[in-house]
Amino acid sequence: MDLIIIFQAGVASGTILLFATLGEIFAERSGVMNLGVEGMMLIGAMSAYSIALKTGDPWLGVLVAMLAGGILSQVHAFICIQLQADQVVSGLSLTFLGTGISLVLGEGLSKAGAVALLPSFSIPLVEKIPVIGEIFFRDQNIMIYVGYLLFPLCWYFINRTRPGLHLRAVGEYPAAADALGINVYRARYFYVFVGGVLAGLAGATISLAISPGWFSDLTTGGQGWIAVGLVIFAQWDPFRAAFGSYIFGALRRLILDIQRPVLILGLANPFHYNPYYGFFLQMLPYAFTIVVLVLGSREAMRKRLGAPAALGLPYIRGQ
Amino acid sequence: MNPAGELEDIKAVSMHGIVKRFPGVLANDHVNFELCHGSIHALLGENGAGKSTLMNILAGLYQPDTGVILINGKPFTFHSPRQAIEAGIGMVHQHFMLVPSHTVTENILLGLDKPRFRMHLKEYDHKIAELGEQFNLQVDPRARVWQLSVGEQQRVELLKMLYRGANVLIMDEPTAVLAPKEVEDLFRTLRTMVAAGKSIIFISHKLHEVMSIADQVTVLRRGKVTAADIDPSTVDRAQLARLMVGRDVLFTLEKSPQKPGDVVLSVKGLEAENDKGLPALRGATLEVHSGEIVGLAGVAGNGQRELADVITGLRRAKSGHVLVQGEELTNKSPCMGIKMGVSHIPEDRTHVGTAPNLSVTDNVIMKTYNLPPIGRGWMLNSIAAERYAVKLKDAYEILAPSINTPVRLLSGGNLQRLILAREISSAPMLMIAMQPTRGLDVGAIEGVLRLLLAQREAGAAILLVSEELEELLSLSDRIYIIYDGQIMGEVLDGDIEKIGMMMTGTRLELIQQQETLSTGA
Amino acid sequence: MTETSTPRRRFPISFQLEPRLTDTSRWLSPALSLGAVVVALLIGGVILALVGSDPWKTYVHIAKASFGDIGVFSDTLVKATPLILVGLACSVAFSMRLWNIGAEGQFYIGAFTASTVVLVPLLPDDSPGWLFLITMIAASLIGGALWGFIPGFLKARFKVNEVISTLMMNYIAVAWNNYFIFAVWSEGGFQMSKVFPKNAWLLRLSDFSNQVPAFRGLTTHFGLILALVATVVVWLILYRSKWGYEIRLIGDNPEAARYAGIPIARHTILVMMLSGALAGLAGMSEISGVVHRLQGAISPGYGFTGIIVAWLAKLNPFGVVLVSVLFGALILAGREIQPSGVPKLIQGIILVCLISSDFLMRYRIRIVRRAEEM
Repeated sequence: MDLIIIFQAGVASGTILLFATLGEIFAERSGVMNLGVEGMMLIGAMSAYSIALKTGDPWLGVLVAMLAGGILSQVHAFICIQLQADQVVSGLSLTFLGTGISLVLGEGLSKAGAVALLPSFSIPLVEKIPVIGEIFFRDQNIMIYVGYLLFPLCWYFINRTRPGLHLRAVGEYPAAADALGINVYRARYFYVFVGGVLAGLAGATISLAISPGWFSDLTTGGQGWIAVGLVIFAQWDPFRAAFGSYIFGALRRLILDIQRPVLILGLANPFHYNPYYGFFLQMLPYAFTIVVLVLGSREAMRKRLGAPAALGLPYIRGQ
Repeated sequence: MNPAGELEDIKAVSMHGIVKRFPGVLANDHVNFELCHGSIHALLGENGAGKSTLMNILAGLYQPDTGVILINGKPFTFHSPRQAIEAGIGMVHQHFMLVPSHTVTENILLGLDKPRFRMHLKEYDHKIAELGEQFNLQVDPRARVWQLSVGEQQRVELLKMLYRGANVLIMDEPTAVLAPKEVEDLFRTLRTMVAAGKSIIFISHKLHEVMSIADQVTVLRRGKVTAADIDPSTVDRAQLARLMVGRDVLFTLEKSPQKPGDVVLSVKGLEAENDKGLPALRGATLEVHSGEIVGLAGVAGNGQRELADVITGLRRAKSGHVLVQGEELTNKSPCMGIKMGVSHIPEDRTHVGTAPNLSVTDNVIMKTYNLPPIGRGWMLNSIAAERYAVKLKDAYEILAPSINTPVRLLSGGNLQRLILAREISSAPMLMIAMQPTRGLDVGAIEGVLRLLLAQREAGAAILLVSEELEELLSLSDRIYIIYDGQIMGEVLDGDIEKIGMMMTGTRLELIQQQETLSTGA
Repeated sequence: MTETSTPRRRFPISFQLEPRLTDTSRWLSPALSLGAVVVALLIGGVILALVGSDPWKTYVHIAKASFGDIGVFSDTLVKATPLILVGLACSVAFSMRLWNIGAEGQFYIGAFTASTVVLVPLLPDDSPGWLFLITMIAASLIGGALWGFIPGFLKARFKVNEVISTLMMNYIAVAWNNYFIFAVWSEGGFQMSKVFPKNAWLLRLSDFSNQVPAFRGLTTHFGLILALVATVVVWLILYRSKWGYEIRLIGDNPEAARYAGIPIARHTILVMMLSGALAGLAGMSEISGVVHRLQGAISPGYGFTGIIVAWLAKLNPFGVVLVSVLFGALILAGREIQPSGVPKLIQGIILVCLISSDFLMRYRIRIVRRAEEM
């Protein structure tokens, strides 16, 4: 059980969560809760794999995946923003829809043959740094490096730029933004789109980089939901989102690796001797998400900050 | 033609033939309005007269169905608030449009094209501080809005508009949340701005303020202009009032003299926090006897809401006691009070007092569903509930298509009647009435006040919290004044001067001391 | 504003949306539900055509395979039975705006606890049928209630978002079940427990084929009775009891409920327990009435379909029964449709159309004639 390997894999699979979480942060910061992330990730995974299979170009697959996620998200946006439906139910229905579409269009995909994947590489020089270099910069897929760049950029955008100020205002007090000429509806459509695009990207990262293949609706394994939970833990901040995502990724790898060694810390490893205990390990990420939710909610209660004040409420001018 | 004379003829703002319809109501009925340069023009009218609608049209929030708007003689159509701001029209709304968690600077910069992308807030902090100095609107640019007082927040709203180069400022009921001294400050600021070349439209329903600040007055009633461009120095209050309402406003209610009974409500030394965690009640003490109406006067935001919440069990008290008929109710759940006969008319009708999508019946039984004949054991007798609903609907003249209509479709006045019906018909022993007439038209107001008086005669103890001093004066047997979470004193003779002084923080003892001093000398 | 030099022509009719001022007719709501289903079937048909199947043939096949004769109708009812219970579970929770997405997990745990009666065993194999029935029902209710209690408590105490917590509990429940199926109760190395003793099976219509020959081969089982009883009970609770009134009040406006003195935290927990219990009962009904053993695949997503059922039935218990039969047909006959994801896709489309149509309950479309503009 090599900790370096665990964290290395953690950063890799955590990137999936990171993309989905960042996307959801944008949507929720604008005031719209998007529970359809799971469905959008699935559609992203399916379309990326399918396009890469048909054209041999994984990058085209990534592009299509992002577009697919974005388009699906606009259905949710329309229902929530224009029709003022309840955001929770709408998001759920989008998950059903996205799952359904990916199952239908992805029929037979898993037996279809070899697929060109996204490249992995190491960053020269930096990879030689002990521990840090090995974990973060050696033999990682290009998507991981994209992730490293993405979350600080997201933080900067949200907190230090003018459009970021507008985004925050739309999610906190849309009436103020509206009165000053910001189109609240257009902003929300846009940031929900961003959320969908990033969810699609997360899906593409699964099927073309981290766990290549298409396994129908088992492909995402509930990570879309975990991402929504991580947003709360991250208190809507990209840096904390990265921290949470990578830790979660490490946890998933830990669950696999812990079953191998005969001894742990000198004592007999129960997971080695009874492989069925692995089922309890399978529960861990989900139980952990619940713990993370409790921690995040308590912190929000304590700090009196937390969720964007207008989250979940449709904006109607004049109310 | 004299160029100067021509300039004088061009108005800063000119609105002709404005018509605006909303579903079910004609808010503006061919309204004309003109604002001269460098003047303060008041738009007077009672709630629902159409003043805010007209100004919202000018500010770009609504589009008129028909009508023309001219700014400095040029026609404009505003499809959004942004276009109005670009034309120099800035509006300060009654409910501030500020993002509470952002700083002053962030709020002022919101929606602007500069800074282009990256924000360096510090240089803007300086600019805004300078602007504040210029117009006597000082406020700390780095403070977060939720930390500011109401008066300071209003300054931020003004700065927001001035920063954008607004030449015409619309102020919608700006004094509703200010203490008398702050109102003076505001008026001084307005005159400063006028001297600097701005023009101001002042929306209000308070006659005395309009008379003191405005150069011209236009009166709206039910969407129509009943008087235009009046010089307030040439009319008296009664005339204006009549133009506002169509009849003499100062109706007299028969209040029979009554001897109050025993103490029903006793509040001692209450301390509580508001929603932001700041202290809102700092040791409030008062008493209400049966068979009397006790008024609580004070500018909004001095602890009235928190006091009502603590008494009815909706908020925790940090210390102090609430005793109803001798029983300790402090920090007990609301149902205890309800069982004892405490009824509560909440400030926020729609969000607290009713369930919008449930039927009239469901709303009306909200306090009585637990008791027979409607509630027996575990079950709810729906026939008894419907009978009760019909009875109340007729008795209180609640206008609704049927008792199954969802309550969100009722008008404000009918909603209030429903709430009153519900609260009164349980024959309460103690009633906490928060702003019961806010937002209602004159007919509805009269009805509500008569109902309260009837309860008083029936022996109920009523605590009436209101911002309308005249209402308190005509109904109350005694008036307490609350300021900054404490009771400043009690007034039995309706002495407005004393009340005004207490509303701005002077305790009764201090006033009485000064009186004896001055008479002594 | 600029002067226009040429007259502009606009489309002579425009649609305007107006908020409704009067209440809607009682038929609008079910009509919208029906409309949503029809639209969804149309869209589904288009998709079927796009992937190469014949939509008309497919739909006719579904209708025949579920309602064609008494035998398949009986099978449809078997599929509808757990849907009714899960639909009721969701209706109860949704009436209070508690988004219980964990019905699937509560179903599994209910099946698990009911199985413990037989597999631990808590009762000897030759115990009388009614004893098994009562204990297994009780066990499933308790198990489901417990599984609902946890997210309910977390929401009441820590304001934890119940959508995510109930969902996570689903995954945990499946893993829990898997452990017992693979490791503890595995029968002959397969991923299922031994078959339950006959006395622990729910009675089927076919059990009475000696008395009533027409019942031969009919698989409808006692679980349907349980489901119908539950329907009446839930209706009584929601619309004729004090508790139901409080639940609906909280669901419509929690602020008003607080002001009326209703303890919201307590109700959150109780309603989640009731909801979980109903879903747990569905689990028991499925394993005792259909497969007669505990196994890995006991639910083709009943927990999620139940959400759609509840929503389509507008949270009305009797509507739930009706809609469950329809969806039972979809699940039954849908197994044979290629591609296999189509029934799920249709379910998703139904839900999307349904939510969109709710809009028409609050707004009206008005056709306005517009004159030419100059």
